[in-house]
Parts: sequence; C-alpha cells; structure tokens
Amino acid sequence: MDTIEQKILSILETVNDPEVPVLSIIDLGIVRDIKINENEIEVIITPTYSGCPAMDAISINIKLALFEHGYKKIKITSVLSPAWTTDWMTESGKQKLKAFGIAPPTVKQQVCHTELFHDGEAIQCPRCNSYNTKLISQFGSTACKALYQCNDCHEPFDYFKCH
Amino acid sequence: MNALIDYTLHLADNALILGHRNSEWTGHGPILEQDIAISNIALDLIGQARNFYQYAARLINDSTLQGAKAPSPGGEGVGGEATEDTLAYLRDVKDFKNCLLVEQTNGDWAKTILRQFFFSAYQFYLYQHLQHSKDETLAAIAEKSLKEVTYHLRWSSEWVVRLGDGTEESNSRIKKAVDDLWVYTDELFEAASFELLATNEGIAVDLSLIKNNWLKKITDIFDEATLRFPSREGQAVRWNGKDGKHSEHLGYILAEMQFLQRAYPNNYW
Repeated sequence: MDTIEQKILSILETVNDPEVPVLSIIDLGIVRDIKINENEIEVIITPTYSGCPAMDAISINIKLALFEHGYKKIKITSVLSPAWTTDWMTESGKQKLKAFGIAPPTVKQQVCHTELFHDGEAIQCPRCNSYNTKLISQFGSTACKALYQCNDCHEPFDYFKCH
Repeated sequence: MNALIDYTLHLADNALILGHRNSEWTGHGPILEQDIAISNIALDLIGQARNFYQYAARLINDSTLQGAKAPSPGGEGVGGEATEDTLAYLRDVKDFKNCLLVEQTNGDWAKTILRQFFFSAYQFYLYQHLQHSKDETLAAIAEKSLKEVTYHLRWSSEWVVRLGDGTEESNSRIKKAVDDLWVYTDELFEAASFELLATNEGIAVDLSLIKNNWLKKITDIFDEATLRFPSREGQAVRWNGKDGKHSEHLGYILAEMQFLQRAYPNNYW
C-alpha cells in the first residue's frame, strides 16, 4: 500500500523543470518536503538560483498536477535555507541531462573557489565523452548553466554548473 | 524593528538598482557570451532583491498591524498592504537606501566591470557574515545569494585583470573607470544609523569587519591588473545614498523602472 506521501511524490515526478524539460523537479532536488495537514497538501520547495524565473511556473505546475489527481487544497512554500546545491540532483537526473546533451554537474563543488582563469576539473563532453574541453563562459543560457566547447568534436555544450 | 526594516530595504535596494543597471546591457553587450553573463548577473541580483523586498513587506505589514507607523510605506496614498512590488515601484528617490556606487551610469564596459567588481567583492564578504545573522531570514537569503555572488566576483575579477593587463586601450579605459568610481567606495563601509542599530542587535554586519578583506581583495586584483589606487585629493562625495540623498542618476533609473506602475497603477504585463 502506498502512503499518501509516496503518491504525492510520484505525481511530483511528473512535474518537469520548464527550462530543462528532461528533468523532473524531484531529479532536480528542489522538493525539500511534503507535509500532509488535514486535507491540505504542503509542498516545500527551494529555488536553484535567487532569480530563477522557472520557480513561478514550477509552483503553478505542481498545483495543476495535484489538482488533476483530485487534491484540492495545496500550499506551496518556498524556503531558502539550506541553500540548494547540485549535490541534491539525483543520479538518474544526471544521466538524463547527459542524454539530453547537457553535461551534468560534477560531484565536487567548485563554486567555492575564487581562483581566476581556472577551469577547475575537466568537464566531459556529453557528445563524444572527451575530457578535452574548454570553458567559454561561466554564464550560459540559464542561470544554472555554463557554456563549454569540446576541443575534440568541437561541439559547444551547456554544463549544469556546480552550485 | 524599524532598523531591521530599513536595513532589509537597504540590502534590497542595492541589489535591485545594480541589477537594473546591469539589465540595461541586455542586447547591447560587447559580445554575445558577455551580454548573457551580465544579464545573468542582473537576474541573480534582482532575484536577491525580491527575497529582501518580500521580507521587508512582511515586516512592514506586521508593524503596521501592531499600530506602529511603518518607516517606508509601500507608496503613500496607494493604500493596501506593502508588497515586493509596491516597495520596488512606488517609492521615490528619497526612500531608496542604496549606495551611490550602484546607481552610477554604466559608461563603457570597463566602468560596468569595475562597478561590479567593487560591489561583488563587498557583497561577498558582507554575505559571508550576514549568513550568521541573528535574523534567520536575512541569514537564509545571504546563504543562498553567496553562491551566486561567488560567481560574480570571479567573473568581474577576471575582467578587471583582462582589461588592466590587456591592451593600451583597455588599460586606459579601466584606469579612467578607477578614477570615476573609487570615490564611491568609501560609502560602502560608512554605517548609516539604521545599520549601527541593527549591528548592535546582532542583525546587520559590522562593516569594520569586512573592510580590510575587501581592501585586500581589491589590492590583489589591482596588482595583477597592473592598476593603482587613485589619489583622493580634492575628491569628496556630498551625498549619502543610504540616507536617501542620491546623485541625479537614481531619479532617471526610477523614471524608467517605475513608469508602468506610475502610469497604469496595479497593471500587469
């Protein structure tokens, strides 16, 4: 028998990040808790970045998905601490990212260093698997991504940067 | 309570105004990747500002409920509750508590980069301390924002070195930027009365704790960029942004940023 939390969790697994649609919000690690208070479902989420414009859309999509399954009273609470980290991304999420052509975040957090002109660990090209890649820009098409290029197959690619 | 509200608004205004300034580059950046970078930084800063404004609005509404007069109402005569939007769109120049540095014009790429570098270094050390504030909400916002600021600091530091230790042209431009902006850095470390009060309560960051770290960071990067500090002789700033005494630039920023809400109150687009 599934508990109500498990049911909610499986519904939330169908809610995708609007900007990286191969990832569910569970894969992304932004759902921090689910609380069941007398007929009300509270979903506690945390933003990836302070200015992430996807958060509003994600909140609406969570509500819609739960409505569809008959849940009427839904509350979305956003918390900032502890701050989201790419370490919370699931393994399957990382695999999905790579298959989609986005290099997944490496395990070791690299954001903390302020050393200049330093690429940190080599990022693997999601297309040809080469580690011979270079950083083009620390800022990419969305707040959570950096722009890289592969020196071997020359493919430019997004890297879901460590945070 | 009033000191906490003012301090939260000060943090919000700094982030919003610099975010807005950076957003003026969107579509005009020197190359595509850097256009995207400065726009990303704008987005991060405006996101931080939203978190601070939402908290300030909650504090203002709570203190109004308790019968106290809120120090910076969400727009006189507008009525209703304060929200993040009323605080951003309906306050006037004298109500804004941002530092003068962040409202300075973009100028060329060198000036924008240097302004970002000065401010990111400041935010970096400020948030490192603020994440241990007695105020849990401010601490949480600082903890979250610090990760973003770390990227901003690294990016802007690299650009200062690249321009300073680059070509004759880039060097002369960043030198000019240093001459233009250096005078506004003093204010970052001069505590306003609300900051002193909030510091005594263990809420705000004691600015004397971060000034040396900031100066060391600037010195290290300037050394690498072959830049020198300008002479201060004859330079003085007569305004004080934290107390609402701004340069003429802020009015123009607000005129553009607030136009829609002033012309069509409560409208969405």
